[in-house]
Amino acid sequence: MEKLSKERAEWIYKKMNDIRNFEDEVHQIFSTGSIPGFVHLYAGEEAIATGVCAHLTDKDYITSTHRGHGHCIAKGCDLDKMMAEIYGKETGLCKGKGGSMHIADIDKGMLGANGMVGGGFPIAIGAALRNKYLKTDDVAVCFFGDGAANEGTFHESINMASIWKLPVVFVNENNSYGEATPQTYASGSKHIADRAPAYGIPGETVDGKDLMAVYEAAGKAIDRARKGEGPTLIECVTYRNYGHFEGDEQKYKAKEGKEKELADRDCIPEFRKYATAKKLLSAKKADQIEKSSVEDIEHAIKFAEESPIPKPESLYEDVFVD
Amino acid sequence: MARRITFMKAINEGLDMAMEKDDRVILLGEDIAGGATVDHLSKDNEDAWGGVFGVTKGLMPKYGRERVIDTPISEMGYMGASVGAAATGLRPVPELMFNDFIGFCLDTLLAQGSKMRYMFGGKAKIPMTVRTCHGAGASAAAQHSGSYYGMLASIPGIKVVVPSNPYDAKGLLISAIEDDNVVVFSEDKTLYGIKDEVPEEYYKVEIGKAKVKREGTDLTIVTIGKMLYVALEVADRLAKDGVDVEVIDLITVAPWDQETVINSVKKTGRLIIIDEANPHNNTATDIASVVGDQAFDYLDGPIKKVCAPNTPVPFATNLEQLYLPDADRVIETAAELIDDLKK
Repeated sequence: MEKLSKERAEWIYKKMNDIRNFEDEVHQIFSTGSIPGFVHLYAGEEAIATGVCAHLTDKDYITSTHRGHGHCIAKGCDLDKMMAEIYGKETGLCKGKGGSMHIADIDKGMLGANGMVGGGFPIAIGAALRNKYLKTDDVAVCFFGDGAANEGTFHESINMASIWKLPVVFVNENNSYGEATPQTYASGSKHIADRAPAYGIPGETVDGKDLMAVYEAAGKAIDRARKGEGPTLIECVTYRNYGHFEGDEQKYKAKEGKEKELADRDCIPEFRKYATAKKLLSAKKADQIEKSSVEDIEHAIKFAEESPIPKPESLYEDVFVD
Repeated sequence: MARRITFMKAINEGLDMAMEKDDRVILLGEDIAGGATVDHLSKDNEDAWGGVFGVTKGLMPKYGRERVIDTPISEMGYMGASVGAAATGLRPVPELMFNDFIGFCLDTLLAQGSKMRYMFGGKAKIPMTVRTCHGAGASAAAQHSGSYYGMLASIPGIKVVVPSNPYDAKGLLISAIEDDNVVVFSEDKTLYGIKDEVPEEYYKVEIGKAKVKREGTDLTIVTIGKMLYVALEVADRLAKDGVDVEVIDLITVAPWDQETVINSVKKTGRLIIIDEANPHNNTATDIASVVGDQAFDYLDGPIKKVCAPNTPVPFATNLEQLYLPDADRVIETAAELIDDLKK
């Protein structure tokens, strides 16, 4: 695995800030009613998407979740077009026809956020099967939440990835709640990674708020996948800053104790502190990145707001390839 | 005279030729070869089954286990994997052993494969052909005999074809595999043994185009799959009473050929649709509604549907025969439309 370089550290810090700023802004704008539908925000979990995608190229595939904006940004999707998509505009990544829950960019290897909890597993192994069949060393990464871990697709897909030694990494974002239900209630195994031995694959639980912990675990697993040694299950313990969806009162969240301690930790300043101490990031560069990230998100909002709504005839377009 | 081969062999040949032409075509399914990793079979490069009915027999020995992939019994896993593989550039042909198993994997068609292109703003392409089988008449009872092509046809973004004979089966399957969309290719399991003339070459039968199998002026009968043979028997019997029946094999249930059906009804003024699917919200219902809307002024009587009853498929042979639409029922229905036939 490649050691974290200065260049990568700067890339990670920018992407972390982009995700946080994007999500905090969407949170604000959603409350004004300018964004239609449902949105599920990723803020708080930035270390996972960025720590994993730092190892990927455009040729590698990812599948994402309901909470997909972070994965999109980390995989290199265009911020302007992402924001326009969430606004339902013609200039959106999906021409305004996917929205937050289906945001995707296949050209970037981003096979879609997914409105179906657990929907990404089989799609990810299909992409991995393609990678293996075409004898590439590209990998697929399946991001999934703790809720999705209890879907049947988890079992079928991980089992098939194991027997076929597919180049895929299953990255669980255990943010403590599947919707409003605690992970500890919904899962028979204490840790989701504890299930890995049942499929004959390596499994590891890491601190999902710690960028370096995610970066190293993902790097090892992705290397393993690229070498044809098969899949890995990584569980990243984290916490979502917002509710399941925007408008969720979050009555279930604990006000004190271990959960509150986890909630109060912020992966972004933690990484800044680490990276500056290790001389991977200067304080000046970090400040610059923070500023440019704010500007980029402002630009994206302006782009989205000024973009036209989709033309009526586009309702009928792109159902089939003609 | 051209050679005659079975419906099953025609499908096998279509798969074989499509695989030979394009190495992005791969097959996935439960025991489509069978016997994976078994030493004595591996030694001789043999398949154990070639599918539960033997439709894919011989393809694994020819193309290897990399392209003819035995899956675990995991329908949502391998059907979803087919969507993923299609989205990333392969042309997978998964086999869903019986269409009755669709409940295990419907999400992959309903919410994923059929919608990706639309949801992703036209960027995705899902060239995937789902082979499956439907149909009563094999004493396979309620969980292995249903006909769900109509249910799948109601999902935007999926094409659904139902061949009735070996010639169409081969050509339609090749068209389906070359198509850049999700196509469900539904085989009637009771037709696997029927023989007909099938060219040896690679050819295509157009998806979305119905075929007039017999021309007539008094009554149009539209059929899906093996119901064609019921209609042809009806046409023969009614001819003796001086009734001239036009028989249309629909071939594609999504998108079905409105032009051919409507033009026929304009000529005959009478329509019976025979659909083996259960009667509510099936393809026959849709045809009736469109024809009622588009050709109302040409109709000399009500549009009639002859379908399976609104029950699961029963096991006992006599009950299963009652369940299936047959020529007697269609003729009774025709008598309601044609005065000369009324007793």
